[in-house]
Amino acid sequence: MSPPVAARRGGWPVPDPGGLEAIAQALREADPDCILGTTHVNGRAEIQIEPSRNVPVLEWLRDRGYTFLASLHGVDYYPHEPRLGVIYELLDMREVDRVSVKARVSTDDARIASVTFMWPGADFQEREVYDMFGVEFEGHPDLRRILMPEDYEGFPQRRDFPTGGEPVLFTHNETDGYGADR
Amino acid sequence: MSLLSDHRKREESVTFSSEPAGMGETHELLTLNFGPHHPATHGVLRLLVTLEGEVLRDVKPIIGYVHTGIEKTAEDKSYWKAIPVVERMDYLAYYFNAMAYCGAVETLLGLEVPPRAQYLRVIHLELNRIMSHLVWLGTSALDLGAMSMFWYCFRERETILDLFEMSSGQRMHTRYIQIGGVIEDIPAGFARKLQAFLDEMPRRADQYADLLEKNEILLGRLRDTCPLDAETLLGLGVTGPLLRAAGVPWDLRKAQPYSSYDQFDFKIPVGSVGDNYDRFRVRHAELYESVKIIQQALNGLPEGPHIVDDRKVTLPPRHELATSMEALIHHFKLVTEGFRVPEGECYYPIEGPRGEYGCFVRADGSAKPARVHMRDPSFVNLQATAPMVKDAYIADFIATLAMIDPVLGGVDR
Repeated sequence: MSPPVAARRGGWPVPDPGGLEAIAQALREADPDCILGTTHVNGRAEIQIEPSRNVPVLEWLRDRGYTFLASLHGVDYYPHEPRLGVIYELLDMREVDRVSVKARVSTDDARIASVTFMWPGADFQEREVYDMFGVEFEGHPDLRRILMPEDYEGFPQRRDFPTGGEPVLFTHNETDGYGADR
Repeated sequence: MSLLSDHRKREESVTFSSEPAGMGETHELLTLNFGPHHPATHGVLRLLVTLEGEVLRDVKPIIGYVHTGIEKTAEDKSYWKAIPVVERMDYLAYYFNAMAYCGAVETLLGLEVPPRAQYLRVIHLELNRIMSHLVWLGTSALDLGAMSMFWYCFRERETILDLFEMSSGQRMHTRYIQIGGVIEDIPAGFARKLQAFLDEMPRRADQYADLLEKNEILLGRLRDTCPLDAETLLGLGVTGPLLRAAGVPWDLRKAQPYSSYDQFDFKIPVGSVGDNYDRFRVRHAELYESVKIIQQALNGLPEGPHIVDDRKVTLPPRHELATSMEALIHHFKLVTEGFRVPEGECYYPIEGPRGEYGCFVRADGSAKPARVHMRDPSFVNLQATAPMVKDAYIADFIATLAMIDPVLGGVDR
């Protein structure tokens, strides 16, 4: 019952700072402009990439063993620019190794290539990011809102989207809201 | 004027493209709405199904009916006040939601959770896993026509909820797991009651097996129906019992042990073919493994504090408030403003009853999280429905939906 070598208490194995730098260096050699930086904090190895190069970078990582897309989610860094972040949490199941890839896009040009052709499971998750943050995933087969009503306006998870601004629907005005007749 | 009703106009983007209107192989295709209010969907799940006779040619899940904006709400609450809303995402796995969230915040704070708290967490997490599997088993068997299973499973679930009530005061959404540990040590008498449950549970699980495994109808409904290979499942991001049923021994409790899981001896049940029967067997076998883990955690429960001794993060003990000015000040500060978390991001994955619960928390240095996202396994696993049930009978589709075990609170959040 000895714990796995790489296991740390209350955490999980990630490439060490040297390993992360080696990955970034190899990626830079393949494409000099694709990497914007790396961070290794709190046991989290993260690579910041140029959003237009997300597909080649993710393909390279996938071929290197990070074959499982554990999660894809969005973040809003308001008021910092570029505001929106799309984060890919990759997992190497054989080496039990995690690495995060982050692409930042601005709200004016919130577009990034879809990765559904690599991981079909990204389908719902990209739709969720589109629904909540308004990032358009180019090449997604069926990009539309997933959790909010079809006719909803705005992207509710953005930091400048107010909470509590939604009109309350009582019986007398129940047909005024989004998706009232569905 | 458009011929489409208002309702259809709103949903124009719901493509029916994959439903070739007209003829199937032998019969005319029929597109049918299924749910959202249907007992077999285990929640508020709506599905568009295309049928050729009794054979299912395509299925499209439509979700969002219980979306309550929990992730947005959490951004408006201080870190420790966000725990109750996060717990309400997947309402059958509240300890897991809280654990993933608290684990992420603890990582950002650099907190070391005391061993006793880790063991108490494990006891409650595994009780929750058994509870969730019991609800799954009872309702799934109900879908397959085995009414009595429902009562048996809910009888054992009741015992677990009583235990939850004993340790935390609540039966559901217990808020037991706190940032830095657990809210209270287990009360006197809890261990005895838990032991009685641990002695009884394997026997009960044997009884379930006797009832179901020798039932010709159930076996006929589950065996060789709707299998899906491991490679497709991995591409779809499926984790948990569904993946293990296809023969992949992937379990975060073993692979990336958190909260002292590396100190317990347990097995990971795996299937071979990945059909509905394997999915049923894997979850059923997990009941025994969870009992084993709880037994070890109870026997080896270390002495010590149940929550981290850091007054900047955790509430001071009640008795100190009357005698210590500093305790009173910190109590006041924590309850009003909360504590601040240094800037950073964390993704904390744990193994829940349905797969990987991964909580992403972004801290911006204030007392409220700037982003909370739960990677909910039900949400991701739901995508496997269509590949599983394509060209199966509609009756097998109901069985498969039951075996996928989606919790719509987790899907929609």
